[in-house]
Amino acid sequence: MSILIDEKTPVIVQGITGDKATFHAKEMIAYGTRVVGGVTPGKGGLTHLDRPVFDTMKDAVKATGAEASLAFVPPPYAADSLMEAADAGLRLVCIITDGIPAQDMMRVKRYLMRFQKEKRTLVVGPNCAGIISAGRAMLGIMPGNIYVRGNVGIVSRSGTLGYEAAAQMKALGIGVTTSVGIGGDPINGSSFLDHLALFNEDPETRAVVMIGEIGGPQEAEASAWIKANMKKPVVGYVAGLTAPKGRRMGHAGAIISAEGDTAAEKAEIMKSYGLYVAPSAAELGSTVAKALAKVS
Amino acid sequence: MDIHEYQAKELLSGFGVPVPRGSVAYSPDQAVFVATELGGWHWAVKAQVHSGGRGKAGGIKLCRTYHEVSEAAKELLGKRLVTSQTGPEGKVCQRVYVEVAEPFEREIYLGFVLDRKLQRIRVIASSQGGMDIEEVAKKDPESIRQIQVEPAVGMQPFQAREIAFGLGLNIKQVSRAVTAILGCYRAFRDLDATMVEINPLVVTKDHRLLALDAKMSFDDNALFRRPAVAEMRDSAQEDPREAQASQHGLNYVGLTGDIGCIINGAGLAMATMDMIKYSGGEPANFLDVGGGASPERVAEAFRLVLSDRNVKAILVNIFAGINRCDWVAQGVVQAAKGLRIPLIVRLAGTNVDEGNRIIKESGLPIITASDLADASKKAVAAARG
Repeated sequence: MSILIDEKTPVIVQGITGDKATFHAKEMIAYGTRVVGGVTPGKGGLTHLDRPVFDTMKDAVKATGAEASLAFVPPPYAADSLMEAADAGLRLVCIITDGIPAQDMMRVKRYLMRFQKEKRTLVVGPNCAGIISAGRAMLGIMPGNIYVRGNVGIVSRSGTLGYEAAAQMKALGIGVTTSVGIGGDPINGSSFLDHLALFNEDPETRAVVMIGEIGGPQEAEASAWIKANMKKPVVGYVAGLTAPKGRRMGHAGAIISAEGDTAAEKAEIMKSYGLYVAPSAAELGSTVAKALAKVS
Repeated sequence: MDIHEYQAKELLSGFGVPVPRGSVAYSPDQAVFVATELGGWHWAVKAQVHSGGRGKAGGIKLCRTYHEVSEAAKELLGKRLVTSQTGPEGKVCQRVYVEVAEPFEREIYLGFVLDRKLQRIRVIASSQGGMDIEEVAKKDPESIRQIQVEPAVGMQPFQAREIAFGLGLNIKQVSRAVTAILGCYRAFRDLDATMVEINPLVVTKDHRLLALDAKMSFDDNALFRRPAVAEMRDSAQEDPREAQASQHGLNYVGLTGDIGCIINGAGLAMATMDMIKYSGGEPANFLDVGGGASPERVAEAFRLVLSDRNVKAILVNIFAGINRCDWVAQGVVQAAKGLRIPLIVRLAGTNVDEGNRIIKESGLPIITASDLADASKKAVAAARG
């Protein structure tokens, strides 16, 4: 079944006429994603990549019935585009953009709460690689060829480390239902927990890999939730054992500033809640194989 | 991005936060001049460096005469101040802040952070000012008051009053405390701060409040819309390699090991560094070359890593998604010409076989690796020599 997107999901690309957006939209279309149009304010009425461009999200949704969007919008306008998408009633928005001010995301999260939980837009990202349901649809910038369709879900803060996990798994003949990048920012649209809950209900997913890093409470929160609710094995890994305290390691959210923020602490917490913790980044695939063997 | 105490006080006083009178000085003569202009009988001469713990490190001197002011400035200026936070190299002090020192009766702690769990601005106040708040949280958690700010409407006066009355201030002091607290909040919000800390916020005998120290950090992602803050950057307080890296759109953090790292993606970079440690080595740096590993970027990455003289071997780990491995390999081969230390390259993703072929056919002594474990073992062995 996969989660979030499949080959039927009608998708809008926000910012489609930009260079990067055009490149990735082409890749997504080639992968089989049902891209139905794009939004660039001021370019409504144009055709781009054989699809209609609209001035506003509401226009786009009205004309195409779109359910999801991929937002390629520069930081100064990103929060605005997310709120516009939510206001237009999309169920899912994935925002790739790196560099959105943290207080903007704080306000976006608050804005989303004006919608009731059942109708609330799920935001994935920012600063992420996107979402891919292997062999079905891609809402992001990942290289599609490293994923083979299978039964394991991936949810990761890091893009390239997520690719590494998928590649290791593929080498062992293990495939993916959906891989979700939740992004490297301190305040993101959705956390590990949000996607674990979806994987939990997906009949095709038999195990999940959760790839974390230093900084923030999301790995600990997810681990506690997993212990209480998860019906499938979860493999965990936390990057950043060598990260010094107080230094931002690339990602805006990868900084050790509070107790529980270090990789060592998070790995311990994961272990204590029953996750299979990969002892090193080279053993992501093999740890998944071990976890799968335990359930079959 | 961090700023100095004197800059934080300048910004905060613009939002109505009361600060002692003071001015910056770049020389002992200037320091004396400032003291004469300020008037009064006592002054604090404070080293302006991006670090906490300056007092314990001898970076804050209380002076009673112009001569003492001059001597204090002479002692601090042009020297590196080593605090518990700076590491052994310390940070260079290029200016001092000369401030009127007056007696006070109480010290309060006031801090603002963007709480990641709550996804809101959180305000922390404690009647145990002038101390390390983390220590206070452990030893006397009852003395700490906290409130969360509702993003839809911002901090409200009743919340500031709750804190002020909770700290046991009297009515004369409360209204001034509310001004200070709301002023700090508005600065946090309107300047896109990630941290504001007033420690201590003091109460004088005549019921005035003063921010005796002020620290502010800002969201790097928001600097594009806060030019006045961006202008306050002081690169002399940063590792010069890190400053250079960010100029070229690279993310670099210097560490103490001897295996230089060049990787795409922050998570993969951290994981690679972890693998090096797991294999018995020590990474010399974190370096994320980002999404477009063009030949120019790769060349700049090599330059940066090699400017660290501790580096004995370099590990390049690129998972090429959109960028193809053959393109990346060309950049690496270019940058590696004339390299005198071992270079280990692990490529993965699109066109990996083509990429490895380019590296082998370059004739350069580059060691290729197939996976993470292989790459880090080879790098550790190469660094051992």
